[in-house]
Amino acid sequence: MDLNVAAQLNSFLAAFVLLTAFGMLVQRRMFGLVHLFMWQGLFLSINTAIVGFVAGKHHLYISSLLTLSLKVILLPYILHVLIRRLKVHKEVEVVENIPMTMLMGIALVIFSYYLMSPVSQLSTLVTRSTLAVALATVMIGLLMMITRKHAVTQIIGFLAMENGLFFAATSATYGMPLVVELGVALDILIAAFIFGIFFFHINTAFDSLDVDQMARLKEED
Amino acid sequence: MLLVLLIVPLFAAVALAFVGDRKFAPDINIAGSAATFIAGAGLALQVYEQGSMLAGGKFFFVDAFNIYLAVLTSFVSMTTAVFSRRYMRREREHGRVGRTRMRFYHAMYQLFIFAMLLCLLTNSIGILWIAMELATLSTVLLVSLYRTPTAIEAAWKYFILCGVGIAQALFGTVLLYFAAEKVLGEGGEALLWTNLNQVSGSLEPTVLSLAFVFLMVGYGTKVGLVPLHNWLPDAHSEGPTPISAVLSGLLLNIALYALVRCKVLVDGATGTHRAGNIMMGFGLLSILVAAFSLLRQKDIKRMFSYSSIEHMGIATFAFGLGGPVATFGGLLHVLVHSLAKSSIFFTAGHASQMHMTQEMDRIRGLFRGNSLVGWGLMLGVMAIVGMPPFGIFTSEFLILTATMKDAPYLTPVLLLGLAVTFAALFRRVQPMVSGDAPAYQKAIKAAHVPVILHMVLVLVLGLYMPDFLNKWFHTAVGLLK
Repeated sequence: MDLNVAAQLNSFLAAFVLLTAFGMLVQRRMFGLVHLFMWQGLFLSINTAIVGFVAGKHHLYISSLLTLSLKVILLPYILHVLIRRLKVHKEVEVVENIPMTMLMGIALVIFSYYLMSPVSQLSTLVTRSTLAVALATVMIGLLMMITRKHAVTQIIGFLAMENGLFFAATSATYGMPLVVELGVALDILIAAFIFGIFFFHINTAFDSLDVDQMARLKEED
Repeated sequence: MLLVLLIVPLFAAVALAFVGDRKFAPDINIAGSAATFIAGAGLALQVYEQGSMLAGGKFFFVDAFNIYLAVLTSFVSMTTAVFSRRYMRREREHGRVGRTRMRFYHAMYQLFIFAMLLCLLTNSIGILWIAMELATLSTVLLVSLYRTPTAIEAAWKYFILCGVGIAQALFGTVLLYFAAEKVLGEGGEALLWTNLNQVSGSLEPTVLSLAFVFLMVGYGTKVGLVPLHNWLPDAHSEGPTPISAVLSGLLLNIALYALVRCKVLVDGATGTHRAGNIMMGFGLLSILVAAFSLLRQKDIKRMFSYSSIEHMGIATFAFGLGGPVATFGGLLHVLVHSLAKSSIFFTAGHASQMHMTQEMDRIRGLFRGNSLVGWGLMLGVMAIVGMPPFGIFTSEFLILTATMKDAPYLTPVLLLGLAVTFAALFRRVQPMVSGDAPAYQKAIKAAHVPVILHMVLVLVLGLYMPDFLNKWFHTAVGLLK
């Protein structure tokens, strides 16, 4: 594949990753969020495979498959089951001040480009231009965790951040060493079980998954 | 020996998961931790005689810095296991935990120790990240062990905030790998501390400075540095006391260890003192904020969690300051703080069991009620605020001396923090230990050995520094230049 074409494909997919991140920022329905997360994983997985092909790094194929199975199939499936079991699939979360959140998201993207410009200049890889997008995805995931109050949404924000990190590793260095990527995947899997258990605990203790109710532990004066 | 040290806790975790809640499960827990400690001591002896070494195909390494923390980790986890036997038996009798949760508790305790040791002994900065995350994940559900709303809230905060924090550290790691790959070539080799430190001069300084900001935020969250500390007082006060003791006494050290290694690498690459300065800033802020927060605490374990933030601030400040005296002081401080703080948590846990509450206003007359708990708490607090002749006095004295020499204008700030802590802790502890025992106080069987052992060690380290420790620390100081 022509390097130019590859770089363009890479940027194209990066744009979609960012788009899904923005979509998640304002999506109010639980299943809608899970689907967006699935799409994001799919774009990442395709992108990783393309980069692996162009750069001739075969370990990226494994990463790509890992992303596909973990982030496109397994995690969305687990989330689906949890959302159904917890009976929150009909819930529509109140998202306050959508335009403001979007603007903050855009500001974060600009900030990421500013922060990453010295690094991108040093890089010679095909993927160098997407490093800023990766950081922006991480930042938007963080913003999502701050602005949203539902436990499931916060977890999806957390997983979206993780997607951004994976994307960053692919963009900056053609992926971390395989041992590290496998270890990170294992950690995410363990985290998935933990938040699954957590949802039920929170639901029993607070009768809802709204984390705003958790305000007992505060400094009293 | 190194691999034995890692395999023992992992094996014990699996064994305890199978054994479940039998009568001898706590004994297996103690035996596993003791075996880990023996392996750690054996490894330390090897390092002491032969110097730093690599193992497992370069993937593990030991030097004077990480072996000292590994020995400390295995020692405190052993004494905590001893404490946990009596403490958790009492909790079971009160029906706060059931059978399945006890099984889970023991297995996760060992897994947690494994994760911490892996953090320390791995040579790869990538594996370090994974192990750090594993250490968090293995303790999240232990914090919520009692399933009360507050415990669940604390654990959720711990899970989310540390997850976010540690994600930043992974981004920093990616950037570090980006810089390292250019010099060392692609693959796992480029992430090894031993390789990175050899070539630190030729790593790209701009990328490394940026990476350090992310690493600082990431691992700084886990150290509990202000303003990233919000999760810490909750997580450390709502879980079972043995877990509070190991979280405060050990896990914070591990995160600090990661931070110090990163700082040495980044400052080596940039040739400036910028990373150190950032650490000093975070450290000072933590000392001040924690000291003033201490004044308004009502919950005994919460108060001592803030004290942990303060002491981590002092150690971070010391390592940031650099220089032989400050680094020596920092190393000693981490050691004595771990010992004193876990001992305080042991006694605080017993004190709240005696009064069925963690509220300090309801805890009274500990001297009369149970002299070990009362005196243990009193002496522990005397040690932790840095009164002579305890070891923390020595370490704080060294750090203050170094500050006066290298950054004299910061000395008043440091002294202010220490003075406020002193006043805040004594104001609270005095009424708890003295006076008559209230009617609702219950007698308990306290765990003597861990408290006495820790306090004696802190005292001894204040009076006299053994030769081997001295030499050991000096080697570590040399490594951290």
